[in-house]
Amino acid sequence: MKLLFERSRKGRSAVIVPPLDVNEYRLPDGLAREKTPRLPEISEVDLSRHYTELMKQVHGVNDGAYPLGSCTMKYNPKVDEETAALALFTDIHPLQDLFTVQGSLEVMYRTKRLLCELTGMEDMTLQPAAGAHGEYTGLLLIRKYHLDRNDLKRKNIIVPDSAHGTNPASASMAGFRVINVKSNEEGGIDLDELKKAVNDETAGLMLTNPNTLGIFDRNILEVTKIIHEAGGLCYYDGANMNAIVGRIKPGDMGFDCIHLNLHKTFATPHGGGGPGSGPVGCKGFLAGYLPKPIVTEKDGVYGFETPEKTMGQVRSFYGNFLVVVKALTYIMSLGREGLLEASSVAVLNANYMMHRLKEYYGMASGKICMHEFVMDLDELKKETGVNAMDIAKASLDFGVHPPTMYFPLIVHEALMVEPTETESRESLDALTDIFVKLAEKAHEDPEYLHNAPYTTMIGRPDEARAARTPVIRYDFED
Amino acid sequence: MGRYVVSTKEEQLEMLRAIGLDSLDDLYADVPDEAKASEFNVPEGMSELEVREKLEEMADRNVRFRKVFRGAGAYRHYIPAIVKSIVTKEEFVTAYTPYQAEISQGVLQSIFEYQTQMCELTGMDASNASIYDGATAAAEAVMMCIDRKRNKVLVSEALNPETIEVVKTYCESRDVEVVTVPLKEGKTDIEALKERLDSQTAAVIIQSPNFYGLIEDIASSVEVAHDSGAKYIMSVNPIALGILRTPGEYGCDICVAEGQPLGMPMGFGGPYLGIMTCKAAMTRKLPGRIVGETTDHEGRRAFVLTLQAREQHIRREKASSNVCSNEALCAMTASVYLAAMGPDGLKQVAENCVAHAHYLRDRLLELGFRQRYDGEFFHEFLVESPADPKAIEKALADKGILSGLEVDGGILFCATELTGKKDIDELIETVKEVISK
Repeated sequence: MKLLFERSRKGRSAVIVPPLDVNEYRLPDGLAREKTPRLPEISEVDLSRHYTELMKQVHGVNDGAYPLGSCTMKYNPKVDEETAALALFTDIHPLQDLFTVQGSLEVMYRTKRLLCELTGMEDMTLQPAAGAHGEYTGLLLIRKYHLDRNDLKRKNIIVPDSAHGTNPASASMAGFRVINVKSNEEGGIDLDELKKAVNDETAGLMLTNPNTLGIFDRNILEVTKIIHEAGGLCYYDGANMNAIVGRIKPGDMGFDCIHLNLHKTFATPHGGGGPGSGPVGCKGFLAGYLPKPIVTEKDGVYGFETPEKTMGQVRSFYGNFLVVVKALTYIMSLGREGLLEASSVAVLNANYMMHRLKEYYGMASGKICMHEFVMDLDELKKETGVNAMDIAKASLDFGVHPPTMYFPLIVHEALMVEPTETESRESLDALTDIFVKLAEKAHEDPEYLHNAPYTTMIGRPDEARAARTPVIRYDFED
Repeated sequence: MGRYVVSTKEEQLEMLRAIGLDSLDDLYADVPDEAKASEFNVPEGMSELEVREKLEEMADRNVRFRKVFRGAGAYRHYIPAIVKSIVTKEEFVTAYTPYQAEISQGVLQSIFEYQTQMCELTGMDASNASIYDGATAAAEAVMMCIDRKRNKVLVSEALNPETIEVVKTYCESRDVEVVTVPLKEGKTDIEALKERLDSQTAAVIIQSPNFYGLIEDIASSVEVAHDSGAKYIMSVNPIALGILRTPGEYGCDICVAEGQPLGMPMGFGGPYLGIMTCKAAMTRKLPGRIVGETTDHEGRRAFVLTLQAREQHIRREKASSNVCSNEALCAMTASVYLAAMGPDGLKQVAENCVAHAHYLRDRLLELGFRQRYDGEFFHEFLVESPADPKAIEKALADKGILSGLEVDGGILFCATELTGKKDIDELIETVKEVISK
């Protein structure tokens, strides 16, 4: 595919802005840019066709199954896109008088209350723009809490080795020392390890439950108790919330603060890597440290308040507001029963697939899984030489997006499968058939799989070369 | 109620039986009873028609202004039809981060094109694939400059206040000292900057056009910062770069910007776009995704996520940042916007902005307004009003016009290509009536 710059021809362009209707104002020469930016000069039709060509080389949720574990690639309802595109939402300046933005504030307030109810939290900020951004914000709550109590020793955040990479990275950013603890064979917290790890320097624990092996940690109440007894706080990574919405509240498991990924659990689209939205909720005793401003309601009038001991701001304004509109539309559409059905069927679909695939692939855990499960291809690799990468790449030829590869790190040849609730039984059967076929192929013709995929526009790219000699912008010849 | 689950209740039962279970509740047998919530105070769901009406009712409680003379960090520019057409394509909207390069060349190439355009626009060598917004871009840029010896950052008081807030938050948690640099005549005081620079200073961050719309003396401050070994972070408005000297031309180390003006609606504050570009030497310190060009085994051009050794999923607690999701679709929006405009179109928008702003300023001065700070400005300026700013705001609002933002007792006005002569004249007539009362 040609690049925009390779399609550019001098002098071609659409006419978008009218000529000046007032006198020109000339800035002094020293302030003007010297070099004209080499932006594409392209007609509207060529621009339009360019992106249509690119679009065909993108796998969206509607191009086929998308069982990308940990990412919750469910269908993105169209009405959510429509409500978020209403001009009365999109064309509103963030610094308008509050009486002129009551609708936006109502959206924020309702979303906050609903999400608090679903998570067992008491207050919430919608400011964080993504999951990792939410983690960072949640950790700052924990930091502020300890500092405010003059408990200055608490520098340690405990993170299981099965955690998402963002957990330790966020903890470092928030100024904490990361204490990695080994997980047990179910991917959960090893209680003995945890007891050894906690002390009077423990600031908190970051955990996702269901864990990254897709298993609900049955010791969860004990885990959070150990942390609390040591004087630490418990942070819930909401990445796996899609398994438990409407059934279990993280607050009831003993978590003090959480983030949610609206772009996973609440069906807002991922945009090829954002914009997302990562609201952070907390129990009442942490609410005073939340970022400012916090949306409030009094006698039907909405407004903003600055929490008493606020951490400040983690982003400009109020977060990715239009993403919040989509999530609210989704939650209001489904309602209590619909949300419960969605999470339950997400879990059912994963178990349904796992049940058949168990005969062909090793599983990181043999137990009933939650919304996702992890296949362990270690045995297959030993027997056939075919690894997780090979199976993932070969699945591309069947028009599906592969599962998440090589995560969690505690399973060496991991393929993490999350079908979500928006796949039909036929679709799950077809997806399962593909992986069954590939397991069989691994024994028959491993070489074939090493070289897959065959039908995509490009074959496996040379990633080592990309990193060794980085070319990260177009090289103009002139 | 709305429903996106595909399987019917009967099918669900069949599937449950196929795996040896009787009910959906059986799937949660491992969950301790104490952790199972007894109730959820969430309303019943509703049909698509009903939910659409409910959301429209909420939207109707907002006031949408016909003309907007307010900026201060969020700007209403014309969004070409082609931009909306392209960035609402389902594939782009619904895809995940392009982990699987073989089926993601469209997204990867678009980011590569974005990175190239950002480098061209800002005059820098390298760009990441985006970050959350302009304020977080500034905060992440500071983190790129910190090391063991240098742990202090100097922040101009003329930075957008939202940006200052976010920089402070990010710095506090890493024990980075934030020192603000006061202003002289609305611009960063170079002498004060000099006094505050020392061997501990990791970076200086200055915005131009600054919060008051003024074009800063970047050349001098870059020299002063570099003389003391500090890195220089310049925060810009991307539209202004259609005509203004670039961070690259000034010799800055890092450029950050709020990318919202490049084709994104004001959206009550988001989603926006954090632009980050830098000199080649700092490329490996950039946070977030970066797309690079390579080949596949047959030598075909291919794009991949690269330089991942910086990132959280590889480095965990030692990563340069925790960024995972960024603002990919907003980056694509900016990229399409710039391609639709082209170099001439972008320049024309910038020239419109600066000319309209000056026309508005001149007309306001005729009415007895006083410009708070002299100095060249782009499309925003601060004036002291002969009438109560609130009375002016109200009178304009009655005509569907959003007045400038009240700042330090004055009014910070903004004009763009969307506020032409006719609109400015209407504003002036309205303000005149307020003053004569």
